Amino acid sequence: MDTIRFSKIKKRDQYWLSLAAIALCSVIGYLLSSVVGYRVIGYTFLISVSLLAMVFDILPVLLAALLSALIWDFFFIPPYFTFQIGKAEDAILLLMYFVIAMVNAALTHKIRKMEKAAILKEEKENTVKLYNTLLNSLSHELRTPIAAIIGATDNLQNGSSKLTLQHRHDLVSEISKASFRLNQQVENLLNMSRLESGYIQPRKDWCDINEIIYRTVKRIEENKISQKISININPDLPLFKTDQGMLEQILYNILNNASLYTPPQSLIDIVAMYHADVLEITIEDNGPGFPKEEIAAVFNKFYRLKSAKAGGTGLGLSIVKGFTEALGGTVDLVNIPTGGARFTVTIPAETSYLKNMKNE
Amino acid sequence: MNKPGILIIDDESQIRKLLEITLQSNDYAVAQAGTAKEGMAMAANHPPDMIILDLGLPDLNGQEVLKQLREWYTNPVMILSVQSDEENIIKALDNGANDYLVKPFRTGELLARIRSAWRVHASDALTPVITIGDLHIDLSLRLVKKGDMPVKLTATEYTLLSLFAKNEGKVLTHQYLLREVWGPGYINQSQYLRVFIAQLRKKIEKDPNRPEYLVTESRVGYRLSAKE
Repeated sequence: MDTIRFSKIKKRDQYWLSLAAIALCSVIGYLLSSVVGYRVIGYTFLISVSLLAMVFDILPVLLAALLSALIWDFFFIPPYFTFQIGKAEDAILLLMYFVIAMVNAALTHKIRKMEKAAILKEEKENTVKLYNTLLNSLSHELRTPIAAIIGATDNLQNGSSKLTLQHRHDLVSEISKASFRLNQQVENLLNMSRLESGYIQPRKDWCDINEIIYRTVKRIEENKISQKISININPDLPLFKTDQGMLEQILYNILNNASLYTPPQSLIDIVAMYHADVLEITIEDNGPGFPKEEIAAVFNKFYRLKSAKAGGTGLGLSIVKGFTEALGGTVDLVNIPTGGARFTVTIPAETSYLKNMKNE
Repeated sequence: MNKPGILIIDDESQIRKLLEITLQSNDYAVAQAGTAKEGMAMAANHPPDMIILDLGLPDLNGQEVLKQLREWYTNPVMILSVQSDEENIIKALDNGANDYLVKPFRTGELLARIRSAWRVHASDALTPVITIGDLHIDLSLRLVKKGDMPVKLTATEYTLLSLFAKNEGKVLTHQYLLREVWGPGYINQSQYLRVFIAQLRKKIEKDPNRPEYLVTESRVGYRLSAKE
């Protein structure tokens, strides 16, 4: 795998590094020439060319091989300072030297090509895997409510004589629940495709953060959640110029996530504050938090916790990240030492302190 | 008195069927059209008391239908559309729609909006007293009461609230409110509106953080709730 990383060195740098390696060998050879024979110096060149072949592309390696052959011949094989070779065995040695360097370079090149192909294949397999996960969770998320609707309506249409009034009432309420679930999933998918297409353009206008938070909490509470939500907003919070719809969606998805994945009766705490022109909203709960090794992945598209129960598409938090970034902000997730998770949404925005016009 | 007649112009037969059942069971007479051409012809032949119009019609864009209708048709037009972006909503309101409801919608909400649109339209002479919950607004006396307690409003706050009262239940866009209260030079100064809405809520709502009367329509505007 390391060889792959080396090949990311720029081509131009590869040529310079090859030249430098050969120059270094020449200097070492020159210093050692009084102690060792010229053949040992030949091996030094051979080893350095072989090492280069392991990490560099074929052309810089061939350059290094050619150069070292010429240098070895010119400076080290007697007679010195000519390209003439006195003994026949030295000529053979030079030729062999050159052949070995070439074979070495060619072989390494081939191995690296195979490695590249293997990685490409692996990436492709991962894409297919991601696609399958998506299809599985999507078809589950869409088909389950559709199945509930079709089943319930079938019962209402055909089983009319045997159904008690309570049954009918229950069936209708199942249809209603299923439709709302479908609606929510479609909303998520639409948001995701807006993000993916790059079509999303924040429409920034002055926002009353207080109002946005209370509105979103009201929407969440309409889902009949069992968790208690407390709201703590800095009363001096100025107006922020940002996209109200996107900010609501960000908060809704985080709160929705907390309400789905923390135990009943858990506490969810929303705090809004600001530093200079930066809005900071934290949402923390006292649930079990996220598995440490999965925290980094939860904002990925379609990612679902390994322990997650059925349902959910893994879109909610990736929309949170996408929308926050579209607003120029960041979202951060940590586990609180005392238990539970803390999301911090930070959004830089123009502010307005126009607050008191009571006399107008 | 005859039942009020509503014309539905929507190309989806499922939606027309749902609306037909909902409206008929609430004592409205219903006529239906599946295309813009058919709808406009029906409206011209027998002008209905109200039109419910879809924006995504096969033969002509609903916004265009709305513009053409508004050249002569003065009764309320309610838009019912899957398009939920504020651009389309504001455009439709500017083109003369009385209200805008996004699909999927709750039928209770639809009926409330129809009643409110009709009431605002029918009371052109202006009902001087508007009562919602415990809030009383007397436009002739310029008096606002919460329960039995008079509410002290500044001049701007009163102008703003009276606009809502005259259009009870109807969504008023940010631009419209800024133009009417502060003037045409202020239509982009939405921070004024935010501040005054917050101040008004503190004076008229039970819990200003959970407003029941002055309702926000995200990115579009505000409405005075038509809750009955």
